[in-house]
Amino acid sequence: MKSGPGARRALLIRGATTIAVVGVLCWLPQQYGPTETTLYAEALFIAVAAMGLNLLTGYNGQVSIGHGAFFGLGAYATGILMLDHGWPFLATLPVAAVLAAVVGAAVGFPALRVKGLYLALITLGLAALFPALVNKFVKSTGGTSLVQLYRVRPKPPEWASSFAAAEDQWRYYVTLVVAGVLFALMVNLVRGRFGRALVAVREHEAAAETLGINLARVKVSAFAISALYAGVAGSLAALVRLQANAGQIEVFQQSIIFLVAVVIGGTATTLGPVVGAFVVVLLQDHTADLIKDEPTLSPALFGITLILLMYVLPDGLVGGCRRLFRRIRGRMHAGSATDSAPT
Amino acid sequence: MTLLSVTALAGGYGPVKVLHGLDFEVAHGEIVVILGANGAGKTTTLRALSGMIPSDGEIVFDGEDVTGRKPQVLARRGVAHVPQGRGTIDELTVEENLRVGAWTRRDSDVAADVDRWFEVFPHLADRRTQQAGSMSGGEQQMLAIARGLMSRPRLLLLDEPSLGLAPIITQELFAQLGDLNRELDTAMLIVEQNAGLALRLASRGYVLETGRIVAQGAATELEGNEDVRRAYLGL
Ligand SMILES: Nc1ncnc2c1ncn2[C@@H]1O[C@H](COP(=O)(O)OP(=O)(O)O)[C@@H](O)[C@H]1O
Ligand SMILES: [Mg+2]
Repeated sequence: MKSGPGARRALLIRGATTIAVVGVLCWLPQQYGPTETTLYAEALFIAVAAMGLNLLTGYNGQVSIGHGAFFGLGAYATGILMLDHGWPFLATLPVAAVLAAVVGAAVGFPALRVKGLYLALITLGLAALFPALVNKFVKSTGGTSLVQLYRVRPKPPEWASSFAAAEDQWRYYVTLVVAGVLFALMVNLVRGRFGRALVAVREHEAAAETLGINLARVKVSAFAISALYAGVAGSLAALVRLQANAGQIEVFQQSIIFLVAVVIGGTATTLGPVVGAFVVVLLQDHTADLIKDEPTLSPALFGITLILLMYVLPDGLVGGCRRLFRRIRGRMHAGSATDSAPT
Repeated sequence: MTLLSVTALAGGYGPVKVLHGLDFEVAHGEIVVILGANGAGKTTTLRALSGMIPSDGEIVFDGEDVTGRKPQVLARRGVAHVPQGRGTIDELTVEENLRVGAWTRRDSDVAADVDRWFEVFPHLADRRTQQAGSMSGGEQQMLAIARGLMSRPRLLLLDEPSLGLAPIITQELFAQLGDLNRELDTAMLIVEQNAGLALRLASRGYVLETGRIVAQGAATELEGNEDVRRAYLGL
């Protein structure tokens, strides 16, 4: 009864979509040059951060506009370990992940006491604090806090020469694999026991508590895991951009970009943050090119497009598509089944 | 043997004292009903029992003093609370609600229990993948009860399970509760306005008035007592 023809068709559609998406993502660097490939790699690591933020904000209802700080933490962990200690990139990933998760948990504890706008303000403070800390503790050549990785950048290995001969291609594929693994883990997480608890806590704290759910543990875990994703995203960003940087504006901007990606894509959906990340990155890139010699106009254009998108699709691209799909299916089924409710 | 033993239970909401020293108990596998008019403190009593509000006095569950413990602790000890106004999670599907009800369990029979409650409540089975918030009040009430049972509780606290249900559904529900009690030996403490039906299901009852127990006894005894009937039960 669980695997009716409807369920099997849904599974088939899901399988076909997955293969198509993976195919396109693998093919992109073969088709496009270094500039576009790097842009797509950028969309991928922003997707990773957005996935994490979606867990916290979408599924658990804790709004953060400070995730740029965890992102920066991951970027610096990778940057410093590679540059000053000669670590290979992949070895720095788990360090960035754990570091961000620990700091995330530490922020999650005080966050237990506040909600909504107050929590947003606290996380905003985090975004403001982070660059100051970096400027105090990171002093690279020239006295700035910019860490350049060009000198220690990883080279594509021999075995990958058939599909990733160029460095940008290799960096893209590394990012793609990490993002893919994290995506699969995330889908498992939100569809399972923990995901149900996240939504229960978001929707109805008192009810969740009487079900035996430890509110503090769930909320802090959500914070830690989402920070971990942001940290890994930052680590990947250091790889793709070959630098780590933490200007006040950049950290703040980055935080907002993650949130925009989540909302545009569709909160509390598994695919939403990925779709949102690509839309935001590509939109930003295209609007930047659109009007020559008018640097103030392109952000405005970007903003207007976002507003229009939210107006047309208030529950995001994935939410909107899902609604459309349901309506079509409902129309197809109309008349065949009209059972009545018991009360 | 007593499963739940409550002595001098007092509690309320901040400065507002609602309960003024209640003594009652529930035996293993027993069904007990708490009756009383609106505002008597029935909901408050259940809230105090499941740790949702602070309380004074002594609550002993299965030999352990659980006074003042958090709701999550009581849930883990085997107390399931189906609150008034249901408390199902609107944004989760029917099946997800049942699964989240099994949060405290670590065994592998959860899926089998989900199927079991779908058999008991076929209305829910038809709506397996539907969001709980999009169902009728009666369906949500059934879901809330099924979800409470998903934890395989030793004591089920039910706050006005018949509220908002059509009379025929209420009868069906009470029949099911009786079956469940016989089959699983789940003790139940039921708060009800529908005194007649509740007293037929329960073995004993307490009558609550403004935070005090004013009458108690075997269900048949309470039902037969003219004074109690007229003054408190509206029968
Ligand atoms: N959240 C609350 N804050 C303050 N007073 C409350 C609250 N809930 C209930 N009360 C008061 O407690 C008393 C008992 O309420 P309740 O336990 O809900 O009664 P019952 O369930 O028997 O109808 C009422 O006088 C009610 O006004
Ligand atoms: Mg009540």
